[in-house]
Order: sequence, then structure tokens, then C-alpha cells
Amino acid sequence: MKRYAVTAAIAACLLAQAHSEPAHAQGAAYSDGKIKIGILTDLSGQLSDSTGQGSIAAAQMAVEDFGGAVNGTPIELIFADHQNKADIGASTARRWYDVDQVDAIIDVPNSAVALAVQQITKEANRVAIFSSPASSDLTGKACTPNGLHWTYDTYALAHVTAEAVVASGLSSWYFLTSDYAFGHALERDTGAVVESQKGKVLGSVRVPANNADFSSFLLQAQASPAKVVALATAGADTQNAIKQAAEFGLGQSGKNIVALLLAISEVHALGLQATQDIMLTTPFYWDMDDGTRAFSKRFFEKRKAMPTFYQAGVYGAVSHYLKAIKAAGTDAASDVMKTMKATPVNDFMTKNGSVREDGRVLRDMHLFQVKTPAESKAPWDYYKLVRSVPADRAFRPLSESDCPLVKKM
Amino acid sequence: MSLQTRDTLHEGLAMRGGSPRVLLTGALLLLAVLAPYALYPVFLMKVLCFALFACAFNLLIGFAGLLSFGHAAFFGGAAYVAAHVVKEWGWAPEAGLLAATAAAGAMGLVFGLLAIRRQGIYFAMITLALSQMIFFLALQLPFTHGEDGIQAVPRGHLFGLFDLSQPLTMYYTVLAIFLGGFALIWRAVHSPFGQVLKAIRENEPRAVSLGYRTERYKLLAFVLSASLAGLAGGTKALVFQLASLTDVTWQMSGEVVLMTLLGGMGTLLGPVVGAALVVTLESYLASTSLPVPVVIGAIFVVCVLLFRRGIVGELLHRLPGTGRPRADRPRTGS
Repeated sequence: MKRYAVTAAIAACLLAQAHSEPAHAQGAAYSDGKIKIGILTDLSGQLSDSTGQGSIAAAQMAVEDFGGAVNGTPIELIFADHQNKADIGASTARRWYDVDQVDAIIDVPNSAVALAVQQITKEANRVAIFSSPASSDLTGKACTPNGLHWTYDTYALAHVTAEAVVASGLSSWYFLTSDYAFGHALERDTGAVVESQKGKVLGSVRVPANNADFSSFLLQAQASPAKVVALATAGADTQNAIKQAAEFGLGQSGKNIVALLLAISEVHALGLQATQDIMLTTPFYWDMDDGTRAFSKRFFEKRKAMPTFYQAGVYGAVSHYLKAIKAAGTDAASDVMKTMKATPVNDFMTKNGSVREDGRVLRDMHLFQVKTPAESKAPWDYYKLVRSVPADRAFRPLSESDCPLVKKM
Repeated sequence: MSLQTRDTLHEGLAMRGGSPRVLLTGALLLLAVLAPYALYPVFLMKVLCFALFACAFNLLIGFAGLLSFGHAAFFGGAAYVAAHVVKEWGWAPEAGLLAATAAAGAMGLVFGLLAIRRQGIYFAMITLALSQMIFFLALQLPFTHGEDGIQAVPRGHLFGLFDLSQPLTMYYTVLAIFLGGFALIWRAVHSPFGQVLKAIRENEPRAVSLGYRTERYKLLAFVLSASLAGLAGGTKALVFQLASLTDVTWQMSGEVVLMTLLGGMGTLLGPVVGAALVVTLESYLASTSLPVPVVIGAIFVVCVLLFRRGIVGELLHRLPGTGRPRADRPRTGS
């Protein structure tokens, strides 16, 4: 009996050996026998509604659609809450790379966390795909050969919004700007485009971060002769500003409110009464074509909410990564990055997108206007398209880039 | 009960009696030295940074009875200083840490001079207001890079010899810094200076009537606490290679209060236990779907309702031989 057991064990070992060898011979060297993707997101803070569990659900859908395995190697998905703290995000990312053998980190809302993860990913030589943070520094001076910036960035928000809004005849602007780096960058970039399009910036007011009372700022905006009031704010600040702007009747007094960063989950939370007629830029809206509707319907069944553009971006990022490791036959970061940059991006929200050498993903961006309650025919029927801006005009050209990877060329 | 007997109770598990005390200290040290082979070093380093921060805070609240609600300014402010001088000016890590400690000490001197003139809730409010000023400076000053923080800080070589980018070298450096800070606090608490602080905590008018210039003692305690908090913050900036707004927000000031109270205010080991608990929860709950702030909040409520002395305080209280009823926890800010 004992002898049988020993023989069986030896046979098993030999079999295992035999099994693993052809895999090596083919060069399909997926490290440690599985492909592990980490979704680093905000599950408890103010970004948790627009990313959070929805991002995880979108990633799961992408993995399921891929069949759960790449060339027979299973895909494993893990997630963590960075709690909007750069140190927690950084230590989670390090632990994932060092201990848990994670191959790629995806999502990462919050620019401070994303910039930290960008560095750690470079040191560990893995892959990071940033689908939710805004800072254009990720493909600017903080760019690395290991990071992709997937969905949008501050540059695109500023340029698309300013160009499209001025082109639609609204040329005088007034800014309500969050008084920190993100707000300053948005105001500066947007203002520059407005002026280059022969529009005028008539004034701006700086709003302290995490402000609750926008009344005096909104009254200043209302008193200015500008036709456009642009909100260079984010998150809770944008929501408060919009709510209070509705109370002050900014829309009725002939102002057009432009929100430079607004997700559909926030429009849903605020309601159409408060958000009607606001203009916003986004790379994705669920009701654009059959592809977006099909994805969004499946997503809705899982989450009971339509996907935000961040969450849709997570699906696209996970799919593109899986396609690349399948095509490259390895999960080694440099090969995968090369393949990802060489492969055009095509999914339900991206038509012929491309990945640039600095890690920037180029995709079309769209300016939408929020419908009035009368125009909205169904739940989540919120946006109408104003105009689309093609990818090559939406993002920062390489000639303006301060990414060190580009300068070497 | 005399101050002397209370001290022996306060000193923490490791500090009691003759050989058991030595044994326990040795065991804990051995544990700290071996820990990185079992647990993830970056996590341990984070625990040590927060433990030093909580110990520094505890020096003020537990031994001088001053509740500062602005310690994040020292912790986070020093992190920015360390990150900036190491990254932009190319200073060595040890010089960066010294600069961070000195900057926090200087801030502590200014804060202290203003705040110790008032007591109780007013003291807490002044420290909170001043630390919010530091927060807004950190948000606005160009060198901090606003909400993006200072990223990619090089760890460099300690004394030009030890390569800190090696996780184990970094860990033992952080452990040495922590032990140094802890020893300093231990020494301060057990010196005549510490005795006077406790006298002030128990009854300030009486200490004044005995001829002590309590303002000076309180100021010195404040500066010492701020400097050590700064040392912890500077070390954290090197460990994580970044300095961000998280460390200067008022929530961070609250977090250190939470760590100290959970572990046991006024005990030497309490803040270490509290910091380890909170950091562990933050790290390991992160990959569950439980909302972390809610869990930590619930634990705090349970702690306040069921064991008000904190974990170490309660253990000491129930330990055989020390089961004498202790006076209530020290009043804050009086």
C-alpha cells in the first residue's frame, strides 16, 4: 500500500513536471501560474460612488468576458480600499507587488495615490493602468514606461470643454475654481484655450477646498456679465456648487454652467432639477450607441446603477491588458507594455483608440448637456450630445509633453 | 495614592519588577528584530512610525495632561520638510530627518507659546486652529505640490553607508529611530522633569504653589512631543517615499488621539499597541468590503464604553498584584 502511495506521488511529480515543461517551451511564461489583477480604488470615501464597488464589478465583467483565463492560465482579481490616503495606497501597492505577486494595478482614483503607485510600479517593473485619476502629470513629468493613463485627464477636460463650448457661441467665461493644484491647473488650461479661440475670461474666484457655502462666490459669478460659469472643482465641491447655483437661479439668469469634471452618478444624486442644462465633458455615456447600451444594461443588472465613465474605463483597461498578455504570451511588464502600445484600443466605448509612447491613451471625448426634467424620458436618461472632439485634438500633443520618455526620442 | 506608586503602574507591562521586566523587554526586542521575517516590512515600518507618533502624543496627554488636537501639523509638516530637503536639495536621509525634527520642534515652540496660556478645551482649540493653518499652507505652498504631494522621494544611503532602498536595512533603521524616540520618552517620564509634569497633570495650582514654573515645564513637554512627532513624520516620508496632505489633515490629529486612547493613555506601551491595532485594521480591512472608518469608529465606541483605560491600561489594571483600584484616568488639560 505504502509503495503504491510513493509511486503515485512520484508519478504525480513527473506528470506535473511534464505539464509545466511545454508551457515553458512555448514561452508562455505567466509568472506563478496565474494572472493577478489588483483593483485599487476608493470603497469608503467621496469617490466610492463613481468608482469603488462599480469599478470592481466592471473589472469582474471584463474578466468573465475574457473567459476567466488566458491561454489556460486562470485570472485572479483582487481589490483594496486606498481610503484616499497616499500611504495606504502606496503600501497596498507595494505589498501586492512584493508579496501577492500582482501583475497589474488598475483604477486608482485620487491623483496623489496614483502618482505614488506610478513610482512603485516602475520600481517593481509591473503594469499600472490609471483609469480614474485626473492629473495629466501621470503622462507628463511623472510618466514611466510602466504606466498607462486610460480614460481622461485634466488637459483633455480643459481643452475639449473650452473648445466645444466656445465653438457653440458661448465666449465669455467666469471661473469658480477650487483653490488647490487640480483647480488651478484646470482654470489655467481652460482659460488658455478659451482665449486662443477668441473667447474671453472675464474673471474668476477661488473657492477653498471642501467648502460648504458657495453663496458669495455664486453671487460674484452671477454679477459678472460672463455667459459661462465654469466650475473648476471636483467631487463634493462640485455637487455643493451645483445645488446652490440652482437655488440662486444661475441658469434662469442666463448663465450657462459648465462643470469641468462631473460623473453621471453625481448627476443622478443631484437630480435633473438642479443639474439641468449643465455642460460637461466625458469620454463615455451609457446611451451613445448599441455597444454602450449593451454593456451598461449588463452593468445595471449587477449594480442597479448606470456605469460612470470611470467604471467603463476600468472594463476597457482590464480587457486591453488581458488581450495584450494573451498576444504577448507573457506577463512580463516590458513585453506587455510594448504590446499594449502597439495594439489599437477597441471596445464598446473606444473606437480606434491608441496608446502613445508616454502612456497616454487617445480616445474621442464628448461634450454633453444635461437634459431638463421634461426632456428626460426614462430613468438615467440624462445627457444629450452637443459635440464630439476627435482624439488627436482632445489630448496634449507630444510636442508639449514634459515626459522624459519622449524627450529621449 | 502617591505619584510614585502610580508611576509604577503606568509604566507598562515591560517595566514591572526585576527579572520579569528584563525578560519581557528582551522578548519584545527580539520580536521586533525578527518580525520582518514573518510580516511584511513596509507594514511594520508604518506601525513603528505611527507608534512613535502616538508615543510622542501620549507624552503630552498621558503625562502632562495636555490634549493637543493639532499634532498632525508636526507629523505631516515634518514629512513635507524631510521629503523636500531629501528630494529637492539632495540632503542625506539622516540630515533630512534632523531637519524634519528641528522644523517640527520649532513649530512646536510657536504653537506651545500660544497654546499653553490656555487650558482644557481652549488649549485643544488653539492647537487645532494652528494646525489647520499648517494644513492650508501645505495645500497652497508650491513646494508641497498641493493635493498631489511630494512623490518619489529617494531613500538614499544612511551615513553614506547603508542602502535604505533595501527593505530590511530600512526596517532596522526605522526600528532604531523608534527605539531611540521611545527611550527618550521613557527617560523623560522617569526623570524629575517627568515627575513635575505628572504633578502638573494632577494639580497645577498645587505645583505652582510648590514653586514650579509650570508654564516652562509644559512648554518643554510640548516642544519635545512635537519634535518626536516630527521625527516620526519624517521617517514616514522616507519609508513611503512621499509626503501628502493626509498627514496634515485634522483627521490625522484625531487618529493619533484614537490610537492613544485605544492602547491606553498614560501607559508607555499603550500607544504602541493602539497604533499597531489601528494600522493593522486600516491595512487588512482595506481588501474587504467593510467600510474601514465605520469599523474603526465602532471599535472606538466599544473601547470607550467597555474598557476606558484602553487595552494596556486595562491589562495592567487586571494583572494580579496590580489590582489595586486606580484613580480615574487623568483629567485632560488641567
